[in-house]
Amino acid sequence: MTALIELRAAGKSFTGGTLGRERKVALEPFSFAIDPARPGITAVVGESGSGKTTLARLLLGLIRPNVGEVLFKGRAVHRLNAAGRRDFRRSVQAIFQDPYEVYNPFYRVDHVLTTPVRKFALAGSAAEGRARIEAALEAVGLQPSEILGRYPHQLSGGQRQRIMVARALLLRPKLIVADEPVSMVDASLRATILGSLRKLHEEHGISILYITHDLATAYQVADRILVLYRAAVAEAGDVEPVVKTPQHPYTQLLIGSIPKVSTVRDWAVEQKQADRTVTAAGCTFADRCPSAMARCLTATPPLYQTAPNRAVACFLYETAPTLAQGDVGRVLVSV
Amino acid sequence: MTTNDTVLRVEGLRVAYDHPRGVVRAVDDVSFSLRPRERFGLAGESGSGKSTMALAILRMIKPPGRIEGGEVWLEDVALSRLTPEAMRQLRLAGIAMVPQGSMNSLNPVVRLRDQIGDALADHGERLPRRALTDRVRLLLSQVGLPAEVADKYPHELSGGMKQRACIAIAICLRPKVIIADEPTSALDVVVQRQVMETLGRVQAELGAAIILVGHDMGLMAQFVDRLGIMYAGRLVEVAPIADIIAAPRHPYTRLLIESLPSLEHREGLRGIAGLAPLLRELPPGCAFHPRCPLVGARCRVDKPAVRAVAPEATVACHLA
Repeated sequence: MTALIELRAAGKSFTGGTLGRERKVALEPFSFAIDPARPGITAVVGESGSGKTTLARLLLGLIRPNVGEVLFKGRAVHRLNAAGRRDFRRSVQAIFQDPYEVYNPFYRVDHVLTTPVRKFALAGSAAEGRARIEAALEAVGLQPSEILGRYPHQLSGGQRQRIMVARALLLRPKLIVADEPVSMVDASLRATILGSLRKLHEEHGISILYITHDLATAYQVADRILVLYRAAVAEAGDVEPVVKTPQHPYTQLLIGSIPKVSTVRDWAVEQKQADRTVTAAGCTFADRCPSAMARCLTATPPLYQTAPNRAVACFLYETAPTLAQGDVGRVLVSV
Repeated sequence: MTTNDTVLRVEGLRVAYDHPRGVVRAVDDVSFSLRPRERFGLAGESGSGKSTMALAILRMIKPPGRIEGGEVWLEDVALSRLTPEAMRQLRLAGIAMVPQGSMNSLNPVVRLRDQIGDALADHGERLPRRALTDRVRLLLSQVGLPAEVADKYPHELSGGMKQRACIAIAICLRPKVIIADEPTSALDVVVQRQVMETLGRVQAELGAAIILVGHDMGLMAQFVDRLGIMYAGRLVEVAPIADIIAAPRHPYTRLLIESLPSLEHREGLRGIAGLAPLLRELPPGCAFHPRCPLVGARCRVDKPAVRAVAPEATVACHLA
């Protein structure tokens, strides 16, 4: 079975500085695939600069990898012919962070819904198109009569973001890449938007890549999780064990940093580590790691497969077998 | 008026915006007081009036907004009676603000040492170069930044470092009250924890009180001593943090706590049904009644008054 979309040892780096001599790795090469036969919700979690948006942009074909390949149904995304590109554009949909910038303020919000209907000839008649749009809006909990005909500034951020979810639904894609879809909306609305994404997955079998810095919503929404730290995969696996018993010291730090609504004040402070010299070849987390060993300063750990559905890039787990070909997709399989 | 155990007292504060369709009240009759060294939280959704409240305390409301009534006391000084120049001197020296977007609050073309120097000079502390260097180094070390940062421009610093730099500026004149308006909303959780730890430590060293404005109930639970909940411009509940987390009295407070995703159980996400009301068309009675799961007949017609329900605790709800 060919994967819908596949990262094959794909990575991205940017050059900058005088004469392009400075090279900045945005995402270390790794592999994983999204299998349309087994749809799931995968969360990609990491801090700013960890490479999560680079991963999204690679999957959406917005940037090309420097190494490896991004494949859509077995063919490189940037070499697709017109028909393949059309199929790709329809099958893979994006929802972005900012529900303000994606709208043209001079057009009514209907524009973002009617354009895909027209471009992809989704409806045989105007009435059918209208019916489809209304059904999509209702599916995300919006009243079509309160939305259609309005301008973006007349709607709230939460409504605007749900329209983007409705637009994605309209195209019946196989995959939605949602890059921080709720970081700019209020906590009380987050639940509604993430709930509508979850519903799309359950009712229409759409795979979702939920990119976020918020581990708590990732835990509530996703089935599998991928933790990125400084451009590389730190830990990956089923969401329950990763959150409950994190193995990578960075995942442990991340989970310990979330302030909990509790009368128990256990918001411990990160222990400052003694100054260490970490070479360029060393583990990127070694300078902050409470468990760092001598070899961590000079070598980068590969991904170790610590359980059938779990991989960790840390020498603490070196008794486990290394993950074949660094293929993270092997541990991100739904049951 | 003001007793020794109160550093800041807000009494019946009201902020209004004139709108073609009538007056919009962004802060409606809010009263509370802060003890010295106390950490007070102000939480609510966007548009609940919490940031407006922070600006009103500093008398920084700009037209078309205006302070319609009420008073703010800093110890025994009534701020409404100060001249604009005296008020300007009191900002930073008496009440300092740590702004929300540290990236937009620092001057991008001025080195950090000069930004701190400007703040000091403007408040009458013109220091010779040597003394300024020492002062800046001390301030930076208080917020955990290396001395080299003094010679850097804001774009050379990370988000967490910029927010610490803003804290260094806020404490440079040893204010009695620090208002921190969502100081970590743009930061990652790991950095957020470091910045909040820094803020808490300098606040304790200074003996200042702090008002933390935000919407993250987890952050409030871990940081503040007492929490106030704002809804549609009103302070609908105030209570010591342990009480409010364990047994919230206002239904809105309970929903706000429950809407935070848990890391313990995957019971799904819960939001608060409906939308925050538009301030210019507030529903009659209790402003929360259209979204309240416990709404009764009285709530639809009768606006609940703020009542004291326990020592240090007030609530504005007919059912509590």
